[in-house]
Amino acid sequence: MGMTITEKILAKHAGRQKLEAGELINAKVDMVLGNDVTAPLAIQEFERIGVKTVFDPAKIALVPDHFTPNKDIQSAEQAKIMREFARRHDIVHYFEVGRMGIEHCLLPELGIVLPGHVVIGADSHTCTYGALGAFATGVGSTDMAAAMATGEAWFRVPETILFVYRGELKPWVSGKDLILYTIGLIGVDGARYMSMEFTGEAIEGLSQDARFTMANMAIEAGAKNGIFIPDAVTENYVRQRAKGNYEFYVSDPDAHYKKVIEIDVSGIEPQVAFPHLPENARGIGDVGEVAVDQVVIGSCTNGRIEDLEIAASILQGKTVAANVRLIVIPGTQAIYLEALNQGLIEIFINAGAAVSTPTCGPCLGGHMGILAKGERAVATTNRNFVGRMGHPESEVYLSGPAVAAASAVTGYITSPQDVVKEGA
Amino acid sequence: MNVFQGKTWVFGDDIDTDAIIPARYLTTQDPKILAAHCMEDAEPDFPKKVQPGDIIVGGKNFGCGSSREHAPIAISGAGVSLVIAESFARIFFRNAINIGLPIVECPQAVSGCENGHTLQVDLAAGVVKNLTLNESYEAVAFPDFMQEIIQAGGLIGFVKRQTGGEK
Ligand code: SF4
Repeated sequence: MGMTITEKILAKHAGRQKLEAGELINAKVDMVLGNDVTAPLAIQEFERIGVKTVFDPAKIALVPDHFTPNKDIQSAEQAKIMREFARRHDIVHYFEVGRMGIEHCLLPELGIVLPGHVVIGADSHTCTYGALGAFATGVGSTDMAAAMATGEAWFRVPETILFVYRGELKPWVSGKDLILYTIGLIGVDGARYMSMEFTGEAIEGLSQDARFTMANMAIEAGAKNGIFIPDAVTENYVRQRAKGNYEFYVSDPDAHYKKVIEIDVSGIEPQVAFPHLPENARGIGDVGEVAVDQVVIGSCTNGRIEDLEIAASILQGKTVAANVRLIVIPGTQAIYLEALNQGLIEIFINAGAAVSTPTCGPCLGGHMGILAKGERAVATTNRNFVGRMGHPESEVYLSGPAVAAASAVTGYITSPQDVVKEGA
Repeated sequence: MNVFQGKTWVFGDDIDTDAIIPARYLTTQDPKILAAHCMEDAEPDFPKKVQPGDIIVGGKNFGCGSSREHAPIAISGAGVSLVIAESFARIFFRNAINIGLPIVECPQAVSGCENGHTLQVDLAAGVVKNLTLNESYEAVAFPDFMQEIIQAGGLIGFVKRQTGGEK
């Protein structure tokens, strides 16, 4: 029997010819990631291990993105722990404020996570890199500490659900809508412990940015990783950036899947996930009238250049509704600059948006747009749990950038089609 | 040694890590400070009323969401001896084992369990007893490899042995 792409990558890194779902293995990792929330704890644990040096200073990435530029004294202290560790151990991929970005936008952009890699990160959305055909998964701080010392991590080889997306996408439907729809279908634990492999003709036509968005939210279905078979789109993305070797793996035709789920995309509308779970996805036509106080466009899910382009195409020549605060957060400095050069930032500011330096900020209720009691936001982020963006009695609705931008214009959750029509 | 007994705090399905410890408190890793806010958005009384040895009972997918190890740390910092759930989200599962917070998957023990019941859990034998209901259930056993990590007191102890950091 053949192997899936996930099994192949894990086998290679475990020094094995073959392995099967369910096996416990030790695998070498190509990159270990941490941020200003998780790394300080990992550093504390690393110090308890008693080794003097990290396994490889070029295979550790430390990104201060969650509460940076630091929002208060405590978060500044945490960031300092990470900064000093990075200096002490000559960590190559440490990114200071002004040069950083949201970790999951930044690492692929710099070509330091690549197809065929095994990546672990002390951040649950590490699964984003599966969009490049890498095995990438989130772990905790202690796992990160152990991997910084040994260069290895233990895994249970996951079973895989194969998702096959067929048909043609409707206008304004993209990666976010497909993944919200999929999570709506299988539920927030529908792929618990498993790998989600995204394939099909509708996927082949998706941009690299849209693929990142989908892989990013595999965790919201409980998955260990989400993965795409690398192709010409991947090659195009990594060729210019790669800072190291990479390898394209593909699943064998006779690979074993736990389940195959076929999805006809042609009927899928832009999606909105209602509070307080990402699985509460509905087509925009079934949303009803939901007024919003705030709109956030950004995060590791939808803070990439394509997302900003989509948002700007809707906001061009329009203004944000009087009762709405629109906050736009480019994912990295490079994305910010590109948006500036393309004139997107000007469109946002003219529309009445606040544009911020890259940060996770409001996505996890950190800073830069916290909700008060009873307030409601539509956000291109990935989680709408109770209290995620602020007060426990606030609400977050998840959508793609098109719905978010359209909603900023009208003040209630709106189909992009309606706004664009109005303006035409 | 491996037997835990305590009163239960019952929560529903999909208890996420933002409910266990909201991100607004993630600017510290001090177990005491984290414990003071543990579960407060789901059950405001919890941090005030939880007693050492109490047991958290969750539904399916307990601990879903972020990778923050602050979640199991807050729970163990609050004095909770053990978490029982129908199922655990995978990163939480990993983190709990890695930091040495005992967790048990036992759907039968969860259904029918109410706040304030007394549970007795024998980890080695894999048996959960509800002393209030006078019922006994079998728990899902951990693979040997994970037992080794638990025996080493968590992943750091385990790696210390491997790297020879502990003489
Ligand atoms: S943008 Fe949000 S989900 Fe992504 S890494 Fe930051 S806090 Fe986590």
